[in-house]
Amino acid sequence: MSKDWPLWEVFVRSRGGLSHRHVGSVHAPDAEIAVRHARDTYTRRMEGISLWVVPSAAIVASDPADDAAMFDPAADKVYRHPTFYNIPDHIKHI
Amino acid sequence: MPSLPPIRPEDEVRARERRGTGAFDAPAADEPDLSLFEYALRLGDDSLILGQRLAEWTGHAPSVEVDLSLANMALDLVGQATHFLNYAGAVEGRGRDGDQLAFHRDVLDFRNCLLVEQPNGDFAQTMARQFLFSTWQKMLFDHLTRSKDEMVAAVAAKAVKEVSYHEELSAEWVIRLGDGTEESRQRMQDGFDWNWRFVPELFDMDELAREAAMRGIGADLTILRDVYHAKVRSVVEEATLVLPSDQRPILGGRRGHHSEHLGHLLCVMQFLPRTYPDATW
Amino acid sequence: MYTTELQKTKAVDAIEDPEKLAAFEARVAADDFIEPKDWMPEAYRRTLTRQISQHAHSEIVGMLPEGNWIGRAPSLRRKAILLAKVQDEAGHGLYLYSAAETLGTSRGQMIEALHSGKAKYSTIFNYPTVTWADIGAIGWLVDGAAIMNQVPLQRTSYGPYARAMVRVCKEESFHQRQGYEIMMHLCQGTSEQKRMAQDALNRWWWPSLMMFGPPDENSPNTAQSLRWRIKRETNDELRQKFVDITVPQAEAIGLSVPDPALHWNESKGGYDFGEIDWEEFYAVVRGEGPVAKERMKARRDAWEKNAWVREAADAYAAKKAQKKQAA
Repeated sequence: MSKDWPLWEVFVRSRGGLSHRHVGSVHAPDAEIAVRHARDTYTRRMEGISLWVVPSAAIVASDPADDAAMFDPAADKVYRHPTFYNIPDHIKHI
Repeated sequence: MPSLPPIRPEDEVRARERRGTGAFDAPAADEPDLSLFEYALRLGDDSLILGQRLAEWTGHAPSVEVDLSLANMALDLVGQATHFLNYAGAVEGRGRDGDQLAFHRDVLDFRNCLLVEQPNGDFAQTMARQFLFSTWQKMLFDHLTRSKDEMVAAVAAKAVKEVSYHEELSAEWVIRLGDGTEESRQRMQDGFDWNWRFVPELFDMDELAREAAMRGIGADLTILRDVYHAKVRSVVEEATLVLPSDQRPILGGRRGHHSEHLGHLLCVMQFLPRTYPDATW
Repeated sequence: MYTTELQKTKAVDAIEDPEKLAAFEARVAADDFIEPKDWMPEAYRRTLTRQISQHAHSEIVGMLPEGNWIGRAPSLRRKAILLAKVQDEAGHGLYLYSAAETLGTSRGQMIEALHSGKAKYSTIFNYPTVTWADIGAIGWLVDGAAIMNQVPLQRTSYGPYARAMVRVCKEESFHQRQGYEIMMHLCQGTSEQKRMAQDALNRWWWPSLMMFGPPDENSPNTAQSLRWRIKRETNDELRQKFVDITVPQAEAIGLSVPDPALHWNESKGGYDFGEIDWEEFYAVVRGEGPVAKERMKARRDAWEKNAWVREAADAYAAKKAQKKQAA
C-alpha cells in the first residue's frame, strides 16, 4: 500500500573537463523521471552541467572483505611512479 | 493630385525598423504606456498566481522528489512574476513596485488567465493545468524573446528555459498518469475535463492583445493556436486519454472577471500586507 | 534540520565477532570512515539507522510549520526565500534517507515507521507557527540549534552520513541568516511587529533548548555514540554553546530572552540559565505536542492519498519494460 519507487544513483559533472562524480541517490519510477528528480534535487545551486542516473541495483561493487587481495598488491609496485627513478638534477625536461 | 516622391527601398527598411516607435498613435514619451503596463501585468499575474498555487503543494506531494520538482517550478514562476510586476510598476510610473501590485490589488485588477487560478485538486488536476499552461507559456515566451520591448524580451529569454522544463516535466507526468492504472487514467481525464474550458482564453486576442502584437511587444496568439493544439493532442494521445470536446469558452480573467477561487487565493496571499499596511517586512 | 536521540537501543548485543569488533573500534578511533559494505557491529548499524532516519524525518516534518507560511509570505522576496528554504529541507530529508538506506533499511520502511508513530522526529516541529515572526524565530533559533549539531557531524564516522551532512551544512548556511534578518526587520518595525517578534522568541526559546536532547546524565548512550563518532559533542555542551551564541544576538535587536535565571557567569565564561521543563519535553516525545496530530496527519495524507500516483508511475514503467522486451 505504501510502496516506494526504485532507487537510482546520481552522478553530476560539475563543469566541462571534469568527470561525473557520485552525489547521492533518488527514488524514481523510470529513467526519464530519475533524471528529472536528480536535476531537481542535486543541481538546484548550479552544481552541474550534466547528469547520469544508474539503477542502484545495477552497481557492482568490490567486496570490502576482499580488499587486501584487491588493493594491497598495488602497494609495492613503486616502479609505476616517476619518483622511483634517479635522474641527475641537471638533466632537464624529463 | 500632387505628385509624390517615390518610396524607395531604403525608406521601407527604415520604416520597418521604426515600427512601434514614432507612429502618430504611439504614446508621448512623458505619458505612461498604459497598454504596456497592462500587458506586463498579464504576464506577471499569470506567473504569480500559478506560483502561489503550486507552492500550496509544499510538504504534501506524492514523494519527496516530487515535492522538490513542484517547488522548483513555483520558484521559477515567483521569479518571473517579480520581474514582470516590477517592470509593470516602473512602466506605470506611479511609484508602485512588484510587491505593491502583488499584495495591494483586488480581484478586479488582476489580469491573469482563469486557468492558473484553478484549484490544485489532486496531482492529476495539477499536472493537467501545468501542462496546458506551460505548453502555452513556452510558445508565448519563445515569441516574446523577440519582443520590441527590451525588458519583456530579456525576461522572456530567461524564463523560456524555465517553462520549457515545466512543459516537459508536466507532459511526462500526464503520460504516466494517463497510461498508468485505471484509477490514474480516470483522474487524469478528470483533470483535463476540469481545465479544458479555460484554454480558449489563452488565445483570446482582445483589444489589448491585438495592440501589443501590432506594436511588436506582444505575440499574435492566433498563429500559435494550431501548433499548441497539435502539441497537446500528441501528448494526450500518448497518454491514451481523449481531449474533452470543445466547450463554450470561459473568458474574463484578462478583464478582471475571475472565478470564485481567486478571491480566496488573494485572501491568503495578501493577508499580512493588508493587515499591517504601515509595516515593511 | 536536527535530531535528538529519542529512542534508545538496547545494550550492544554481545554476539559480535570480537576480532572484527576490535578492528572496527580501532578504525573508528583512528577517525577512519566506515562505508556501507564494510563490516560493522549490529548495534552501530541500528543506532545509525535510527539517528539518520530520525534526522531525515525531522527535515520532512520540519517542512510543515514553515510551509504553513509560504502562501502568506509578506513580499515576493520573502516568498521566494521561504519556498527555497522549505524546498532545501525536502532535499536534506532526501539526502539523509539516502544515507540511511545504505545501511539496509528502505525509505518505505522508514516512512512506515514514522507514520505508525514508531520512529521519532525532533520535538520542535510539534509546535504551531501562529504568526509571521515564527518563521523568523525558526530560522534563527531552530536552524541555529541545528547547525550547532550538524557541523561536527560532518566528521561523523559513517561516510554516507558525513557526506550528506557536508552538503546539508553548505546549503543551510543561508537558513539561519534569513531567519535572523526577518527578526531584525520586525524589531525595527511597528510596535505590532515588535510584539510579534518578542512573542515568537518567548514561545520558541525553551523548545529550541530542548532540541539538544535530554541532559547528559539522562543520555545513557552518549558515551558509546561519542566513541563511535556518530555524535561528536554531548547534548549539554552543544546547548551551552547555543545559549552563549544566541543571547547576544537577541540583545542586539532589542529582544529579551524569556528566562529570569539567565545571567553571565564570568568564571565559566558562559551563561547560566534556568531549568528546562523536561516534563514538557518528554510529553512531546510521547506525541503530545500541541500540533503533533496535525503534523502526522499531514504526512500520512501526503503519502497515502497520493499512493495512486506512485502506483501509476510504476504501472507505466512496467508496461514500457514489457513492450521493450516484446520488441
